[in-house]
Amino acid sequence: MMNSKIKAKAIVFSNNIDTDVILPGKYLILVDPKELGKHALESLDTEFVAKAKGGIILVGGKNFGCGSSREQAPIALKYSGVKCVIAESFARIFFRNSINIGLPVIECKGISEAVKTGDEIAVDFETGKIENNINSKKFQVEKLPPFIMQILTDGGLIENLRRKMKK
Amino acid sequence: MMNITEKILAKGAGKKNVHPGEIIDTNVDMVMVHDLTGPLAVEAFKKIGTPKVWDNKKVVAILDHQVPAESVKAAELHKTMRQFAKDQNITFYDVGRGGICHQVMPEKGHVIPGNVIVGADSHTCTYGAFGAFATGIGSTEAAAVFATGKIWFKVPPTIKINVNGNFSKYVTAKDLILSIIGKLRVDGAIYKAVEFTGPTIQNMSIAGRMTVCNMAVEMGAKNGIIAPDETTHKFLSSRAKKLPDFNTLQSDKDAKYERNIEFDVSKMPSQVACPSSVDNVKPVSEIGTVPIEQAFIGSCTNGRLEDLQIAAQVLKDRKVKDGVRALIIPASQEVYRQAMQEGLLEIFTDAGAIVCGSACGPCLGGHIGLLAAGETCVSSSNRNFIGRMGSTQANVYLASPATVAASAVTGKITDPATLEAKP
Repeated sequence: MMNSKIKAKAIVFSNNIDTDVILPGKYLILVDPKELGKHALESLDTEFVAKAKGGIILVGGKNFGCGSSREQAPIALKYSGVKCVIAESFARIFFRNSINIGLPVIECKGISEAVKTGDEIAVDFETGKIENNINSKKFQVEKLPPFIMQILTDGGLIENLRRKMKK
Repeated sequence: MMNITEKILAKGAGKKNVHPGEIIDTNVDMVMVHDLTGPLAVEAFKKIGTPKVWDNKKVVAILDHQVPAESVKAAELHKTMRQFAKDQNITFYDVGRGGICHQVMPEKGHVIPGNVIVGADSHTCTYGAFGAFATGIGSTEAAAVFATGKIWFKVPPTIKINVNGNFSKYVTAKDLILSIIGKLRVDGAIYKAVEFTGPTIQNMSIAGRMTVCNMAVEMGAKNGIIAPDETTHKFLSSRAKKLPDFNTLQSDKDAKYERNIEFDVSKMPSQVACPSSVDNVKPVSEIGTVPIEQAFIGSCTNGRLEDLQIAAQVLKDRKVKDGVRALIIPASQEVYRQAMQEGLLEIFTDAGAIVCGSACGPCLGGHIGLLAAGETCVSSSNRNFIGRMGSTQANVYLASPATVAASAVTGKITDPATLEAKP
């Protein structure tokens, strides 16, 4: 189940963060999500997992999550402590995978300029409002379509499907 | 007035027309998973609670990434897939029976023009070479397709890339697609369809078309697509059960495109994508001296027979330079067999290259042929991201099989057109 309001400190990354750096190929044989979570983004920042532990919002630039279709990439982020990802734009498979495993993701043009690592960010998925509590910069973004919100509210695609099939 | 992508999606969704931006639910004609995405899909499918897949004739599982199993963990993943295939009675290609999923799917007749195909691998867009709508999805979504046979899509706007001209000697489809990605950049086609047209595409072999569509995802595209024609028919007629009327799978003359882009290959030299982004593309002649430790020819991008033929043409009566290891991996068992029959494997072995069994190999850094810190590899594969082929301190340059072969001979990244005459 997802809380539609998320507030946490941000960790900011640049454009074109690919799924190979989010989770290198050598870890794809791991099946335990907690194990995957231990290696999130280690290629770019060996301290990332320690920083993300208490719960953070990941802020990305353009084309976040490009590359491989590995669902292990958003799983690793989710289990490392990432509560949601906000980016200028997403690679489409990563976007779908995140929704499907219940990791909220939302597009926000201009976000990478408006946030520094360490800033506290508040996101409201119901209203599409994003605010940087440190510099008071506010964004109104396009909300996720209702059926995607429903998947997130249910906790992921499998839970969503199970609920629909019970009807 | 629809283009080919819109026509296929409209048919899949049971609608007369679809428009870019519209969200549709479409039937899926084929779904594919492999050994690194399949096990997660199997686990998710079990959680859904549906005992059987919606249609066992439309589900294919292929072992190709960690093949043969290099670890106990990979062996367990393979075991999971074998058991699932048996329980569900789906089509399954075990070690030694298939090869790289994107080569095996069309070879074995699982790709039909006009079909909606999804695969739990980003390079599923390769099948657009046959006029199918094909795109990558994740494991959980594959599980949902196993259960329902349906998937949602936002109908993409389409970029049309029209290609003219004849390639110079040793310049190939790989150089074209690298050049296109260099121009459009890695996010240039994000969420979009890319349709490749024009005389150069029409004259291109199936292998070349697969290389072009394979890398559409490297500029963010949802799918790459080429209208089916005589070349498509020739490749598929002996492999696929039933082919549709290709006339229904051509873009209308007044079809809408978001952008029209023209390319001309007549003066195009061999290209290379420098570390660590696929759009960091330059002519080989402009990168200066780049010494290499490894040269890799293979992958779903460039491990086909014609790729091996051109590599053999370069490597025949030449030697791989001391200090360089050259890896050659035929994309499938079929390609391996043909390469063997044609004597290509002998040429590679004589040159001092190692020929490995059909699999993804070092492309994704999960199995064989990994790179140590400080090493450089020139590769015919599709991604040069940080850490992609092993150490995060290694460098990967992407190029055509001819360029990779020429580089293996000289020990530095080399335009094959500049190789000295054979002794």
